[in-house]
Amino acid sequence: MSQSSAVQPAKAMSDLSKERLRSAWLFLAPMCLALLIVAGWPLVRSIWFSLTDTVTDHIGEGDFIGFGNYFRSVTLDSGRVIHSGVLVNPEWWNAVWNTVRFSVISVVSETVLGMAVALALNANFKGRGFVRAAILVPWAIPTIVSAKMWAWMLNDQFGIINDAFLRLHIISEKIAFTATDATSMYAVLAVDIWKTTPFMALLILAGLQLVPGDIYEAALIDGVHPVKTFFKITLPLVRPAVMVAVIFRFMDAMRIFDLVYVLTPNSSATKTMSVIARENMFDFDKLGYGSAMSTLLFLILLISIILYLKIGRVDLTNDGGR
Amino acid sequence: MTKIVMQNVRKSFGPVDVIKGVDLEVRDGEFMVFVGPSGCGKSTLLRLIAGLEDITSGTLSFDGQVVNALTPSARGIAMVFQSYALYPHMTVYDNMAFGLKLNGRTPEQVRAAVEKAADLLQIRAYLERLPKQLSGGQRQRVAIGRAIVRDPKVFLFDEPLSNLDAALRVATRIEIAKLHHDMNKTTMIYVTHDQVEAMTLADRICVLRDGLVMQVGTPMELYEKPASTFVAGFIGSPKMNFFSAQYATAFGADTVGVRPEHLTLSSNGSWTGTVIHKENLGSDNYAFIDIGAGGDPIVVRSDDAAGTALGAKVGLTPISPDRVHRFNKGGLPV
Amino acid sequence: MPDIVKKSSFYLFVAIIVFYAVFPFYYAIITSFKTGTAIFDISYWPSFEPGHIWDNYLSVLKSGGKALTWDDVFHFNVSGFPLNFINSVIISTLVVCLALLIAVTASFALSRVRFRGRGLLMMTILSVSMFPQVAVLPGLFEIIRALGLFNKMPALIFSYTIFTLPFTVWVLTTFMRDLPVEIEEAAIVDGASPWTIITKIFLPLLWPALVTTGLLAFIAAWNEFLYALTFTLDNAHRTVPVAISQLTGASDHEIPWGPIMAASVIVTLPLIVLVLIFQRKIIAGLTAGGVKG
Repeated sequence: MSQSSAVQPAKAMSDLSKERLRSAWLFLAPMCLALLIVAGWPLVRSIWFSLTDTVTDHIGEGDFIGFGNYFRSVTLDSGRVIHSGVLVNPEWWNAVWNTVRFSVISVVSETVLGMAVALALNANFKGRGFVRAAILVPWAIPTIVSAKMWAWMLNDQFGIINDAFLRLHIISEKIAFTATDATSMYAVLAVDIWKTTPFMALLILAGLQLVPGDIYEAALIDGVHPVKTFFKITLPLVRPAVMVAVIFRFMDAMRIFDLVYVLTPNSSATKTMSVIARENMFDFDKLGYGSAMSTLLFLILLISIILYLKIGRVDLTNDGGR
Repeated sequence: MTKIVMQNVRKSFGPVDVIKGVDLEVRDGEFMVFVGPSGCGKSTLLRLIAGLEDITSGTLSFDGQVVNALTPSARGIAMVFQSYALYPHMTVYDNMAFGLKLNGRTPEQVRAAVEKAADLLQIRAYLERLPKQLSGGQRQRVAIGRAIVRDPKVFLFDEPLSNLDAALRVATRIEIAKLHHDMNKTTMIYVTHDQVEAMTLADRICVLRDGLVMQVGTPMELYEKPASTFVAGFIGSPKMNFFSAQYATAFGADTVGVRPEHLTLSSNGSWTGTVIHKENLGSDNYAFIDIGAGGDPIVVRSDDAAGTALGAKVGLTPISPDRVHRFNKGGLPV
Repeated sequence: MPDIVKKSSFYLFVAIIVFYAVFPFYYAIITSFKTGTAIFDISYWPSFEPGHIWDNYLSVLKSGGKALTWDDVFHFNVSGFPLNFINSVIISTLVVCLALLIAVTASFALSRVRFRGRGLLMMTILSVSMFPQVAVLPGLFEIIRALGLFNKMPALIFSYTIFTLPFTVWVLTTFMRDLPVEIEEAAIVDGASPWTIITKIFLPLLWPALVTTGLLAFIAAWNEFLYALTFTLDNAHRTVPVAISQLTGASDHEIPWGPIMAASVIVTLPLIVLVLIFQRKIIAGLTAGGVKG
């Protein structure tokens, strides 16, 4: 029955509505201005840079080259055709593959593990508060610190993981997890999963707690097997919460930089799109070229989220009510 | 002491019409009750008068001045909300003083006004307490007190008793009636879905349905001369009994209504049927009769009901011809 | 399945979860107490060398080549890791205050006033928080250079706003939406303007939410690495994450694991304490954006 003041056609608006509308725009102005300056404009500029051949040290002196950074076809006098640009750069596609591989594996793992942890926490048991506090620890630790802690544990000579695996006969000799191409991605995944599963678990737990307890009691009385209860009752009811959590996590995973840069520096097996973009911008001084990479990353994320929202029919703003 | 006039007032929320053209006059100093089923628009109408919603079309005037564009405080109204809406972080005193301070009164004026209202409602002792330290009934009085200090032209109540338990509801109802008398007959508009509250408090009642006014009149007018089958069935508890088709032809109408308290039981009468249920409340006796018409059974409130047996065949007779309400096919009186 | 088996396997599962979550930090702590060659002895339990327990910590807390004293602090004569710590504190605090200031009024408009384009604005704010940091890096770099802020603290305060502001607006909007409409209407009837409603009615009711949101934003700012790495040049202006990633030992090939673990503990312990104290509120804040019934 109660609603906030509605908007009416201008001639029928009362002083109250006018005042509230005017205040609303006044209140929003600082935020809009700040976001424009800090996010809108830099994004536009960065996309602009991707269309130039700007060199980082001489930032004002780049020339417009259209899509040259993305793809350029040059025919030499000899008749040979050379393709260049980000879109034909194998290192770029390697980075894309690394990023997608990382994102999919980490999000799936974190969702499954997070669900398991959430289910455990949803049950009432002694010490539940303690466990919930314990799982917040990985989340609270800064990413760089996590990277260093795990780098130490994964150390090939003095790390306890090598030590433990050797003792348990899982491996026969010590492995340099973070330095070997075959294992470095798994190292990164291990740390990310450790750090982020609690977050997923908490989001899913919040969704689980919205499910009324009576439903489980009714299923119990009906004699429904617990596994069936989970798949037919719990899962569908938590689906909205899980969907939102998954998309947020996926977007985060696709952007990853810190962990990869610090745990496995300069490794082509783990270099993600963010890492290679920055490398081009600031290590190779190729601001224009690097911007093309970061713009492509931006576009990939934009398309992903649009597709996800449309296909999953997810409502992110919960604006349905007021 | 303000006269309120609504002319062809309409309210839509987007494509949905909630108030569909209301013409109503609330007299100077009267206690008017808006009553009707859920969704009839009574709360919306109240909020239009308050100024919390914009009027889509039509005019609303206070004492001849059109107030459509004015803010609630500019209109000089005060409102008591269903859930009290007290500011949880302020003491009772601050709750009541808030509006006055915003209006630029001096601290002395504020104190005087708050204490006067507090005395009237007997909440002087609670002035320094927080709302969460008060009971439901006390909070309700603070909500009323906050409205009183504004010295309003019009007093609006939005289902203020719904959140109270039954006993408290009766006691507070009496206090509100007393309030109307004590406040030099300030114009009061009261919204409720409970027709008992309407009948006991109102000078006049306005029955609403689907965004339109069904009937306006004193409680007795609505009780004795309902203008439609809807109003006839809405006012009065238990509901009026309706007889239609062949059960009404004897009275020369399509539908005939007789209230349960106006029927007597005998061996035969205007209608006959079987007793299917009885209720004895100590103060009243009810018998439920099935006359074979389908639908709800006929309810009779009468001391005779105590003596009849379940399954007995009885006759029903109206106690007097002017207690028989005759309606045509459109639900309007004949 | 007999109850006792079910119960014990459940508790085993829970124990594994706790172990998995807490062990790495525990291990970092016991490593931080080891010095010299003891570091290279792998052990799962704490082992102390009396007299040298705090060596790593002292080496990290060196300022200007010697141990940090309160005197140094008060005369602003701090360098080394302690300075990084102070930088992080100042930057994170200022960024959060700025974001909250702007966000409070914006959230009111977004949660309590219906206007055309509100949904679109919300989606825009959400999408800004989804920007890959690297996608705005060139543009930010240009602005910061142009304003002469390179390698200065304001550069980070400026650029961190890109994620702290959308986040605080989003979470505060969700909290404000939950405040009862009738209290606001009572205030309107009392004659309060929107500004009065925010300052006299909503803020007193919202301050726990402000604390939580501020804390979450603080943690995000504290954690930030990319911009801090790119926009700072010398150690005097670095923040903690960058400093830790660049801790080097006596020679190029020697990684000072002991001091790194000590620095990690120093940086993490306050955060963990804060998170544990406010855990209920933090969980509410985190899930406010994600899951609403």
